[in-house]
Amino acid sequence: MDWLYMYMPIAGVEIFWPGLVLIGFSVGVIGGFFGMGGAWMVTPGLNILGFPMAFAIGTDIAHIAGKSMVSTMRHSKFGNVDYKLGFVMLAGTMVGIECGAQIVMYLERIGQVGKVVRWVYVVFLALIALMVFYDYYKAEKKKKAGIVDGEKGTEGITWYKTLHKINIPPMMHFKAAGFTCSAWLPIIVSYLTGVLAGFLGIGGGLLRMPALVYLIGCPTHIAVGTDLFEVMISGLYGAFTYTLKGRIELVAVFVMLTGAAIGAQIGTVATKYARGYGIRIAFGFAVLGCMISIILKQYKVDWAATTLILGTISIISIWICVVMFKGAAAELREKKLREQAASAYKS
Amino acid sequence: MRSLISKIFCFCMMAYLVLPAMALAAGGKASELVVVADTRRITGVMKYFANLYNTNILLFAVWAVVLTAAYGCFLGLVMDFFMSRTGLDLKSRKIIEH
Repeated sequence: MDWLYMYMPIAGVEIFWPGLVLIGFSVGVIGGFFGMGGAWMVTPGLNILGFPMAFAIGTDIAHIAGKSMVSTMRHSKFGNVDYKLGFVMLAGTMVGIECGAQIVMYLERIGQVGKVVRWVYVVFLALIALMVFYDYYKAEKKKKAGIVDGEKGTEGITWYKTLHKINIPPMMHFKAAGFTCSAWLPIIVSYLTGVLAGFLGIGGGLLRMPALVYLIGCPTHIAVGTDLFEVMISGLYGAFTYTLKGRIELVAVFVMLTGAAIGAQIGTVATKYARGYGIRIAFGFAVLGCMISIILKQYKVDWAATTLILGTISIISIWICVVMFKGAAAELREKKLREQAASAYKS
Repeated sequence: MRSLISKIFCFCMMAYLVLPAMALAAGGKASELVVVADTRRITGVMKYFANLYNTNILLFAVWAVVLTAAYGCFLGLVMDFFMSRTGLDLKSRKIIEH
């Protein structure tokens, strides 16, 4: 069975390559569906396969950049990417990440970095999960009462409506996302999520996706596509800096990308058959899984944290695959029926 | 379609059960970092990039970004080719939030 193991010349380890393809595939499915990089899922997986931690992070970031490119291309065809919004937010994100990194360096100097970062991360993940579930609860309550206030169905939390009332020029219209607001709104929101991402040492998709929905007012599908566009650019930048530090295994990146390309198609096409709130709720569970795994790591129960992460990835990616295949089957059935009806009408 | 889904599901379940044991057979976690790429066991393009990693990390970083972006683009186009043959409408979707 030697052919199942591949030699990684930079990390200096033999790796079970189908494992890399499988990780790539799963994260491709989840990333394409939620619009995030998924570094929190890949790094422990790579570590289990035998990658040293430092190589796992760099390899993961490069793979995320390539995977997000595949997903962005597909989302773009659906019209799910608002490039104008993406570029406006990119400026805030980049400056924010740098500021966040400076805060981390300050904490490093006073020797508090590890503990503070982990607990801040846990608090934010808890808040995001709480917000997502509260939003669903509120929307469900409104729906039962027969209140439909959103253009595309009932909405729970609508903070963005208040924020859209801010009239500080320049005002900008975002065509794909379908709203007009002060340019400062996406810049400030992306700056704040950037500061947090830089501070926590993560890509930021986990924070940006809910921020795009709740604070900026993007429909869920557009938030997913636009966020992936940002993840792609920040991922390429991250890949460059990590490679300069010598912490990347290019062979593994390519092997993972091959699996991710297939997974990304499934995840992205699945968004077509899912309602916005379906995506939001599944995202809430992913955030919850990530949060609990960090708490477990904080208390040094690493095996439980890893099992939880791998379990969460497996369940969510299988669920997304089911959504995609069921939706695709129904669409093809309908198409066939339409064609049969058309040919019967002609004859 | 249903039998195809059940076959894929069975394959995934089998892979989920079998793969961890095979992955662990790789010898567990590597704890020591190799900061210099080992070029003795590789040849061709792999050897060229491993040497580049050892001698010119900046050029290697540029190559890493360019190749990742190019491979991502290539895979995107290949997948697009295959997906367009499934008969699914991949150019429009209806946004329904709830």
